[in-house]
Amino acid sequence: MIPEIGHFALVVALFMALVQTVMPVVGAYRGIPELMAMGRPAARAQFLFVAVSFAMLTLAFIENDFTVAYVVQNSNSALPIEYRISAVWGAHEGSLLLWVLMLAAWGLAITIFSQSLPEHFLARVMGVMGFISVGFILFILMTSNPFDRLIPGATDGRDLNPLLQDPGLIIHPPMLYMGYVGFSVAFSFAVAALLGGRLDATWARWSRPWTTVAWLFLTIGIVLGSWWAYYELGWGGWWFWDPVENASLMPWLAGTALIHSLAVTEKRGAFKSWTVLLAILAFSLSLLGTFLVRSGVLVSVHAFASDPERGVFILAFLVVVIGASLGLYAWRAPNVYGGGRFRLFSREMLLLANNVLLMAALAAVLMGTMAPIVLDALGLGKISVGPPYFDAVFVPVMLPLVILMGIGPLVSWRSGDMRPVFKKLRVVFIAGLVVGAVLPLVTMGRTTLMVAAASMIAVWAIFSSVQYLRDRLIRRPGNRGLSAGVYGMVIAHAGVGVFVIGATLSSAFSVERDVHVRVGDTVRINDFAFHLEEVKPVRGPNYHSDMARVTVTRDGEQVAVLTPEKRTYFVQTMPMTEASIDATLFRDLYVALAEQRGEDGWALRVYHKPFQAWIWSGPLLMALGGILAASDRRYRTSAKRIVQTRRRSAVGPVVREAKV
Amino acid sequence: MKARYLLPVTVFLVIVAVFGLVLYQINQGRNIREVPSPLIGRAVPQFELPLLLEPEQTFSSEQLKGRVSLVNIWASWCVSCRYEHDLLVQMSRDTDISIIGINYKDERADALKWLRDTGNPYEASIFDYDGRAAIDWGAYGTPETFVVDQQGVIRYKHTGPITEEKLRDEIMPLINKLREAGDTA
Amino acid sequence: MRMVLVFILLFLVTARVAGEMTLSNPEDEQRFNDLSKVLRCMVCQNQSIADSNAELARDFRDQVKEQINEGQSDAEIIDYMVERYGHYILYRPPFNMATAILWTGPFILVVVGFVMVVRTMRRQEQSQAGTNTRQQARLRELLEKSADFDDKGG
Repeated sequence: MIPEIGHFALVVALFMALVQTVMPVVGAYRGIPELMAMGRPAARAQFLFVAVSFAMLTLAFIENDFTVAYVVQNSNSALPIEYRISAVWGAHEGSLLLWVLMLAAWGLAITIFSQSLPEHFLARVMGVMGFISVGFILFILMTSNPFDRLIPGATDGRDLNPLLQDPGLIIHPPMLYMGYVGFSVAFSFAVAALLGGRLDATWARWSRPWTTVAWLFLTIGIVLGSWWAYYELGWGGWWFWDPVENASLMPWLAGTALIHSLAVTEKRGAFKSWTVLLAILAFSLSLLGTFLVRSGVLVSVHAFASDPERGVFILAFLVVVIGASLGLYAWRAPNVYGGGRFRLFSREMLLLANNVLLMAALAAVLMGTMAPIVLDALGLGKISVGPPYFDAVFVPVMLPLVILMGIGPLVSWRSGDMRPVFKKLRVVFIAGLVVGAVLPLVTMGRTTLMVAAASMIAVWAIFSSVQYLRDRLIRRPGNRGLSAGVYGMVIAHAGVGVFVIGATLSSAFSVERDVHVRVGDTVRINDFAFHLEEVKPVRGPNYHSDMARVTVTRDGEQVAVLTPEKRTYFVQTMPMTEASIDATLFRDLYVALAEQRGEDGWALRVYHKPFQAWIWSGPLLMALGGILAASDRRYRTSAKRIVQTRRRSAVGPVVREAKV
Repeated sequence: MKARYLLPVTVFLVIVAVFGLVLYQINQGRNIREVPSPLIGRAVPQFELPLLLEPEQTFSSEQLKGRVSLVNIWASWCVSCRYEHDLLVQMSRDTDISIIGINYKDERADALKWLRDTGNPYEASIFDYDGRAAIDWGAYGTPETFVVDQQGVIRYKHTGPITEEKLRDEIMPLINKLREAGDTA
Repeated sequence: MRMVLVFILLFLVTARVAGEMTLSNPEDEQRFNDLSKVLRCMVCQNQSIADSNAELARDFRDQVKEQINEGQSDAEIIDYMVERYGHYILYRPPFNMATAILWTGPFILVVVGFVMVVRTMRRQEQSQAGTNTRQQARLRELLEKSADFDDKGG
C-alpha cells in the first residue's frame, strides 16, 4: 500500500506542478491576478505531495519492503537503519526523487521568502520552476519509477553498494543536489526577467542571496564528495578529474562567476545581459551534469547504471529547457542596454577579468570532459583526459584569478586610482612573497619553484583579504559596523588562499609507500614509524572485516593508533578498503590495508600528507563566507524597501541607476 | 551584433547534436567501453615462448606467417572464456583455420586439465606464464581474439568472448577474404 | 547491468596474484608513482593504474617497475604503453589536429575574452568623450557618497 501512496502522491505532485506552470504564466501574460496568484499555493502543494512521495519511499526502505524492486536492489535487512534511509538516494531512481524534492523545496522557499516580489515577476518565476518540476517528475514516472513492485517479492535485498555505506555519503548527495537544484532559482529569475522584458538591477538584487545559498550548498557538497573519495577509496587522492566530479565542478565555476557578476549588475547596472546568461548557464550545467551521469554516455566510477532511454528523455528535456531559455536570451538580450560606465582600472573591470578567467577554466573542464566523448563519437580515436591535462590547462588559468582576487576588493567602482590601491597593498604584497616563499621551506624543509610560486599566490590571497578588512574597518563611516557581506567576502577569499596552500603542499610533498609487511614490521615515512601490531577479524552488522592495528611513533613517542580495515560485505562480496586517518592541522597520517599476502603478510599503503586538512578547510571557509553574505541584512531590508516603494509608485521598484 | 547573442544557443545545439549522436550509436549496439587496438594493421609482436603441451618446444612469432590464423588469449581461470570455448572447438572441427592459443597467466596443470575436460581447439597453445606476451599484444582482459594474416599482420581484434554472430558476420568473412587475397597474390 | 557483470567476470576472477616487483631507490619510487598516475587502468571504470586493485593494473605496475629497473626513461615507458594500447591508456591526451582545441581552447578564450572586454571599453570611452565634464564631476561625487553604504564588493 505504501509504495502505491508514494506513486500516487507523485502523480498528484505532477498535476500541481502543471498548475504551477500554466496558470501563473497565462495569468501574467493576460494580466489576470487570480491566475497569477495560483502559483504560490500550487508550489506549496507540489512540495507537500513530493514530500509525501519521498516519505513513502523512505518508509518502504525502513520497513524492508522487499516487494518494491528499488528497495530490493539497494537495501538489505541487515543494513543499519541510517544506511537504509540514505539508500533511498543510493541509486538512480531515488536520487532523482531527492532531486525533485529539493526542487520543490526551493520552490516552497521562494513562496515564503519572496513575498515582496512583484506579482508578474513572481508568477513567471513560479511558472518556470513548475515547468522544471514537470519535466523531472515525468522523467521519474515514465522511465525511473522507484515504486515499481516486484512480484513475487524477494526474501531479502541485494544490499546497498558497500562504497555508499559511509557517513559521508549520507549527507553528500543532499548537499550537492541542494546546490545543483538551487541554481534553478537564479535561472527562473533570469528567465522570468527575460520573459517580462525587464532586466534591471533589481532582479540582480533579488537573485543574489538565492544564488549565494545555492553556491554554498554546492561548495559543501563538493567538499564532502572529495573528502569521501579521500578516505573511502583508499588511494589517498582527493580529486581525480573524473567526469562525474567535473560535472559538479562546472556549475560551481559558473555559479562563482555568477555571484561576482551579479554584484556588478546590482551595484552598477552593468553586464546585465552577461549576468543573465551566466544565470542560465549555471543551471544548464547542473542539468548537463545530470545528463552525463545518468545517460550512460561516459565511463566513470560514479556514474549510475543507466539505459539510453533515460538519456534520450533527459536530452530532450535539456533541449526544451536550455534551448528555449538560450533562444529567449538571443531574442531579448540585444534590447538590454549598458549600465554604468567604467574605466580600465576599476572594480567592474577586475570582476570582468574574474569572469573571463572563470569561463576559461570552465571551458577547460567542459572540453576535458567532452573531448573523449566527442572524438569517440566522431570516430577520431579514443583518448583519456586526466590530471596531466588539467594541471597544464586548468591550474594556469585559475592562479592568475587568485592574484587578481587580492586586488579586486580594494579597487573602487567605475574609475579606480591605482596609486592608493598599490600603496595599501605594497606591504602585504612583499609580506606575501616572503611568507609564501618561506612557508614550504619551514614546514617541509624544501621547496621547488612551482611550489614557491603557488604558495606565494596563496599567502598573498589571505594577506590581502585581511588587509582589505583592516582598510574597511579603518574607513568605516560613522563607526558603523561592517555588514555581514564584507566579512563573508573576506572569509571566502581567505578560504581560497587556504585551499591553494593545502592543494599545493599536499600534492607536492605527500609521501606514499606501497609495502608488503608482516605483522610486527615497521614502515618509515619521514620521521614517522608505522608499526603493524596485529590484524584481527572483526564482524560488522552486514560485513566481516580484517582490522589492522597500526601504531605510529615519532622519536619513540606514540603519535596515533590507526585501525584500517579490509571489509567484505555479505551480500555484495566485493572487498572494501576502509582507510584510517590521523589528521592534524599540518599533516594527515593515512593507512590503508590492501590485500593479504600469504599467512600473516599484508600489502599496506601508507601516506604522510602535509596540509591535507587545509584542502577541506579552504572550501568550508568559502561556504561560511557564503552563509554570512547570504544573511546580510541588506537583502531583508531591501525587500521591505521594495514593498514600500511599490506602494508609493505604480511603476514598480526603483532602480538605483535611475537616480544617478 | 545580434549574431553574438545567438552564439550560446548555437554552442548548446552543437553539444546536443554530439550527445544525440552518442545516444544513437549506443542504441545501435555500440559498446562505448571498447578500445580499438593500435596494433591492427601492424605486424604481430615478436615473441618466442614455450608451448603449453610440449614445454621443451618453443613457438615464435615467425611461425604465425604463411597462413591466416586466429589467435586467442585464454586461461583456465577465466570465466568468460567458457562462453566461447564450444564455438572454438566447433570451429577447429569444422574448418581448417589454425587457432593459436596464448595461455595467459595460468598454471600449467590447470590449463592442461581444462583442455582435457573441455576439448582442445588449439593447433598450438603458447604458455605465457607471467603475462608479458599478452601485454605486448595489447591485451587487457581475457578472452581476446585476433585475426592474423599470411604476412603476420594483425587484421582484427575482439575483446571478450566471441559470439556466434561475431563469428558469422565479422570473423569468418574476414578470414575468407584474407585467404582469397592470399591465393590470388 | 549485464555488461557490468561480464566485466567483473572478465577481470576480477584471476588465478594468481602478480609478484609485485621492488624498486631500488627513492628516486625510482617517485618516478614510478608519477608514471602510474598518468597510465589508465584499461579495464577499470576510470582509474589510473596507481588507484586500482585490478589484476591488470598490478601487471602494468610490474611492467612499469621492470622497465624502470631496466633503465628506460619515462618517455620510453610511456611510448611502450601507447604503442600497444593506444592513447587511451595515457591520461595526457596527445596534441594533434583532433585535440588542438582541447589544449589551446581555454587559453584562446582568455585572450578573446580580454580583447572583447577592452574593445567594449573603447567603445564606451568614445561615446563618453562627449559627456560634459561638470556632469562627470557630479557623478563621481554621487558615487563616492553611495560607496559609503556600498558594503558588499565582489
